[in-house]
Amino acid sequence: MTTAVAPPASTPFTRDLLELMIRGSAAPDWSSDLRREAVARLAALGLPNRRDENWMRTDLRLFKPAGWSFRPAPAAGAALPVGLLTAGSTALAEDFDGIPAEAVAPAALAGRFAALDGHVVVDEIAPELAAQGVVFGSADRLLAERPDAFRPHWFSVIDSGCDWFAALHAAFHRASAVLYVPPRVRVTTPFHVLSALSDGGLDTGHVLVVLGEGAEATVLTETAGGGASGNGGLHCGGTEIVVGQSAFLRMVNLQNWNTGVWHFARQKAVVHAGGRLQWTLGALGSRLSQVAQDVALVGRNADAQVNGVMFTEGRQQLVYNTLQHHEAPACKSDLLYKGALQDRSRLVWRGMIKVDKAAQKTDGYQRNDNLMLSKESRADSIPGLEIEADDVRCTHGATSGRVDTDQIFYAQARGLTADEAARLVVAGFFQQVFDRITIAPVREALARAIGQRIRRIS
Amino acid sequence: MTATGTAGEQLVIKGLHVAVEGQEILKGVDLTIGRGEIHALMGPNGSGKSTLGYAIMGHPNYEVTAGSIELVTADGTRHDVLAMEPDERARVGIFLAFQRPMSIPGVRLAEFLRHSVTNVRNPDRKEGEELMPMREFRSELKAKMGELSMDSEFAKRYVNDGFSGGEMKRAEILQLAMLRPKFAILDETDSGLDADAVRLASESIARIGGAEMGILIITHHEQLLEHNIPLRTHVMLGGRIVESGGPELAAELHKKGYERIRATYPEAAAAERALEQTAVPVGA
Ligand SMILES: Nc1ncnc2c1ncn2[C@@H]1O[C@H](COP(=O)(O)OP(=O)(O)O)[C@@H](O)[C@H]1O
Ligand SMILES: [Mg+2]
Repeated sequence: MTTAVAPPASTPFTRDLLELMIRGSAAPDWSSDLRREAVARLAALGLPNRRDENWMRTDLRLFKPAGWSFRPAPAAGAALPVGLLTAGSTALAEDFDGIPAEAVAPAALAGRFAALDGHVVVDEIAPELAAQGVVFGSADRLLAERPDAFRPHWFSVIDSGCDWFAALHAAFHRASAVLYVPPRVRVTTPFHVLSALSDGGLDTGHVLVVLGEGAEATVLTETAGGGASGNGGLHCGGTEIVVGQSAFLRMVNLQNWNTGVWHFARQKAVVHAGGRLQWTLGALGSRLSQVAQDVALVGRNADAQVNGVMFTEGRQQLVYNTLQHHEAPACKSDLLYKGALQDRSRLVWRGMIKVDKAAQKTDGYQRNDNLMLSKESRADSIPGLEIEADDVRCTHGATSGRVDTDQIFYAQARGLTADEAARLVVAGFFQQVFDRITIAPVREALARAIGQRIRRIS
Repeated sequence: MTATGTAGEQLVIKGLHVAVEGQEILKGVDLTIGRGEIHALMGPNGSGKSTLGYAIMGHPNYEVTAGSIELVTADGTRHDVLAMEPDERARVGIFLAFQRPMSIPGVRLAEFLRHSVTNVRNPDRKEGEELMPMREFRSELKAKMGELSMDSEFAKRYVNDGFSGGEMKRAEILQLAMLRPKFAILDETDSGLDADAVRLASESIARIGGAEMGILIITHHEQLLEHNIPLRTHVMLGGRIVESGGPELAAELHKKGYERIRATYPEAAAAERALEQTAVPVGA
């Protein structure tokens, strides 16, 4: 638990700022009241410290809460950093079976949302989906229009009081996006949500996704921009996901900030009976990341597959705390995080499978594999199980190793350069998790981005 | 394929000394292989046959402490192989079929080979430049796999990952067929294969090699040589080639083993015993 120390000196995130924000927003009163509760908590909280288990391996010494503020709205036509998933879609690769690789073409999206420095700059939904009752876009507008769809869930899925960043997000979230898919509506094309920053900017975007019974959707969220060094930006975000009974959601969070950005995110999904979630996290960017990714399986036969693909370099430090919480019987959760580390970067994964007394016949799995590409990089894997039911199958595993020089030699002996060989070996390392991601453009964007980052292995 | 310019091209090894982890394994090997020639290399386990293969290919753990390896082209130009990275050696046309190939999980054999073939056929290719067109590559690969009686599904498997011993060896032959090197060292490519598979391998190698390839076949058995009659058979003992001869030498070794060799070359036999006592057995 976070111990309350003195509130950080001179934080700009005051009640006065909040009231100013509320006055300028179209959001309904009930949501503003939630903000006011959060700002009260924020005032009582200090920055997380290393006595808190979740923050023990996160170095916040250089993070200063003062000095961050929202930028004014960007000028019309201001350049928007391009996301990895929509970039490079012209390169149509072809696999061995001759099937051309897909790419996310903007035209093929179910909806597009983009925020720059906390201002909504793109907010679109395909008209035929709107006609079927699908609701997607800016939260400020839609919370008021469809309180029935969003109010029960808005900031009720994640815990907004657990630490300073969670409280900051709950009080000052801005340029947020929501999606509601009505029961039995199946959307086959993806929704795309981009959070972008200019150098030194602030983003507090929130995402809420609600799938009605039997609904299906794919949501791709990604981040881009920020500065490459110093305090290049601050993202303090939150994601809430509700997968209704027998619904199916494919969710992707791709974090690709430039390497000066501080990234704090609290993300949680609740999966109801018979619902399925395929949730993929990709992380390539940021200076420091602290991410909580929780899945709660609350109805019988709920199923969550969690995939993580991380590539770190320079002095990046990425920390993940994951929770697979089995609250109902006969649910399945399967987490696989894979990371490759270059230079002096650091990757931490702390995973927990929690099985309630009622959750008999649980099938839980968690695994973290890390590949060290340099001698100076460091990875920590800390799996954990907390089981109260007696009839369960829960297993975990973790590996950490270096690239095998014999593999590189073998590939070189067949004409690949050492660099090409290294790229191929690392790509192969990630293939096992790519094999689980059923969205080809996401696989390809990640593989391409990782391939471009690998330098000579030392 | 054209035969012009292949005549006279040679892989020339002179006075080669190789050390592994500071211990000398090869103690002066001389061997010249011309394109179109088949040589057999025999010798008891631990005599240094695989070490020679690794040294020719440039494994970083095998340190050449003396001697030379040169590729001499028909016009007499000498290329210093020892100065080349392993991938440069592959690009000038040297190939090693590994006794124990390494697995690369997550990388499909087809994808691996497409990189490989592209680089070997365009030695000047810079990294990042286009690979061989998929369509062209695929049809060539399928044809080659057909000739080797391999199921084309095999190419979708990860390189040597979970392969049986026999599958690994067949994958090595497939790569040989696709890369068509000038000089190939086949290190116990017959081990792990059943009798039928060895016969098929023997035929395939003969067909792939033809008059174009210089081949060094490292083997303990006669079957692989059935369709690949060696011009010379060399016997390695204690890190040295102690005797070379014609088919009668191979026949003798198959029938009677290495006792006469050991008796005739007591110095090499002593080196063999010394190695046995100090060396760590490798990946046996
Ligand atoms: N990587 C290595 N590390 C340590 N010793 C090695 C290594 N490779 C070869 N050796 C030693 O060198 C000697 C020759 O081995 P090798 O070339 O594999 O023989 P062969 O192929 O003729 O059976 C053996 O004594 C072996 O233990
Ligand atoms: Mg050997």
